[in-house]
Amino acid sequence: MYQYSRFDHEFIAERVAQFRAQVARRLDGSLTEEEFKPLRLMNGLYLQLHAYMLRVAIPYGTLNSRQMHQLAMIAERWDKGYGHFTTRQNIQFNWPKLEDVPDILQALADVEMHAIQTSGNTVRNVTADHFAGAAADELADPRPIAELIRQWSTDHPEFQFLPRKFKIAVTGSPNDRAVTRAHDIGLRMTEQDGQRGFEVIVGGGLGRTPMIGKTLSPFVALDDLLPYLEAVVSTYNLLGRRDNKYKARIKITTHEHGIEQIKQRVEAQFAKIKPRFAGANLQLLKDIEQHFVLPKFKSSSAQVEADSAPAQSPAFRAWLDTNISAHKLPGYAIVSVSLKKPGATPGDASADQMRALAEIARNFGHDELRISHEQNVILPHVHRADLTQVFQALRQADLAAANIGLISDIIACPGMDYCALATARSIPVAQQIATRFQALKLEHDIGPLKLKISGCINACGHHHVGHIGILGLEKAGVESYQITLGGDGGAEAEIGTRAGPGFGADEIVPAIERLLLGYLQLRLDRNESFLEAYRRLGLAPFKALLYPQARKAA
Amino acid sequence: MSVAAISKVVTANDLRSGEVLYLRFPHSWTPELAKASVIKDDDLAKASLAFAQGQPNTVVGAYLSDVIDERDGPRASHFRERFRSTGPSNYRHGKQEL
Repeated sequence: MYQYSRFDHEFIAERVAQFRAQVARRLDGSLTEEEFKPLRLMNGLYLQLHAYMLRVAIPYGTLNSRQMHQLAMIAERWDKGYGHFTTRQNIQFNWPKLEDVPDILQALADVEMHAIQTSGNTVRNVTADHFAGAAADELADPRPIAELIRQWSTDHPEFQFLPRKFKIAVTGSPNDRAVTRAHDIGLRMTEQDGQRGFEVIVGGGLGRTPMIGKTLSPFVALDDLLPYLEAVVSTYNLLGRRDNKYKARIKITTHEHGIEQIKQRVEAQFAKIKPRFAGANLQLLKDIEQHFVLPKFKSSSAQVEADSAPAQSPAFRAWLDTNISAHKLPGYAIVSVSLKKPGATPGDASADQMRALAEIARNFGHDELRISHEQNVILPHVHRADLTQVFQALRQADLAAANIGLISDIIACPGMDYCALATARSIPVAQQIATRFQALKLEHDIGPLKLKISGCINACGHHHVGHIGILGLEKAGVESYQITLGGDGGAEAEIGTRAGPGFGADEIVPAIERLLLGYLQLRLDRNESFLEAYRRLGLAPFKALLYPQARKAA
Repeated sequence: MSVAAISKVVTANDLRSGEVLYLRFPHSWTPELAKASVIKDDDLAKASLAFAQGQPNTVVGAYLSDVIDERDGPRASHFRERFRSTGPSNYRHGKQEL
């Protein structure tokens, strides 16, 4: 993985020193809160409902064991012993004290991490396919490009005060696992005449005005990519609205001006700035690529098909069924570690669990870990002969839930349990749904299902692209939950449709139960997933399941 | 003296820890809502808020919050304020530890 250059080290060290001085000046009264707030936000420090929250970037979701150990140390020393992995492949610490934050940032810098541009109207942490570099179905590892974008966008002098935040996602696979169509810019690797490049998608986003991104260019060659991105972001910087926060994202700019006009402006700007790059970006990319060479895999002669071992426990078999994905090498597997044990908080890992994950990665995973936008941890390179030991080690750390892609593998934002913006809680709803379906023993019968919960209209929980989405709102002084159906975050991305009036906190779990018991009756056979059945039948029969009273009344 | 329709408390977050605090007359802060001073008078509410906003090196983001005044102390009338006064529901990491 990428190792910091001398420049990176010096830049991060300088920022830590600056923030240490800024915190000292805030504490001694030299800076007012008004003056200090933008400074702390530039360093990922928010003030939430109960405490400060520090959002740490995990660039394109990639970590090594040393970094994971350090996150565990931070969680234990300066927080309450755990961290929360987010839908943008970041980690959030929910309880740091202001005066400790400079030391936390130093501890992060010691392992080549930071919290810069995890807030503010800047280019945020670049996310990528969590199977990058390992997936059987990818053209190439998209992370060198993601790292190039990270370097280009970090402290970019023109892009520190954009009209609004700006999120970029990259995938190297046609099976989109990075939700590229729901980002300000989504990049999909593609090939044209034997040359590698990217389809550039622009103007996607969730939030209060969900939109699926549109293709701005079907192919931008690799050496044109950085000037092209700069042309897009600078066009947005000039054109994007600053009069209304809710209309400031590039999705609205694209909607208001039309994709054709955006395209013309971007192309004019691109022609102007391209000569300035003069191939420097390609040289930099070449250097970065050296950091992403594949690990030294074990030779194929050492392969043992763990899957065919005779003494498998049913628990191990169930885990193999759900938590293993195809690796580009036949002797290897991609392991998804679920942070969604029914009843647990989605995305949370304790310091002990982080250490266990670090050790497993070091011993069995070529020292690599990934954080997925679905709030799970990935071991991208595990030899199949080691799967039994990996499973045992995960079980000891209480991390062996066999539910990846099933109903209890729920994305949930922190909601009103932590977040100052939330309008309702998300975590208890996720906990109750997961434990209810575990008790019903229907999870495997229901099969592939993406259920996503947001605690407010900003949609950090991606509810719009959940097969079932739940949005927590306030209605008449109590929590109320709206259901959307038929959303999809994959290659054929789609925004879900609101099913009808909201449900009270005590009605939402029974409503989901009615919906899914009904789906089991409606589906053609076991092979028809919830989303497929919804697409075949449309909203009406599912709406009838959710609102049986309305049917009776009619 | 004008009487406010709804009882209020002054709340804010501690500058150093971020913890939720409540104003307790004459001029201290408590982490427990039940020990907060209940304000039923508009002028006193304004003066108390101004006092809180005048302590920028102690607290951040002071505002008036509606409460129901009960025998054993004030109770938050809105669920958001109830969560602020207790802590998150998934762990006993907030004021449940008190």
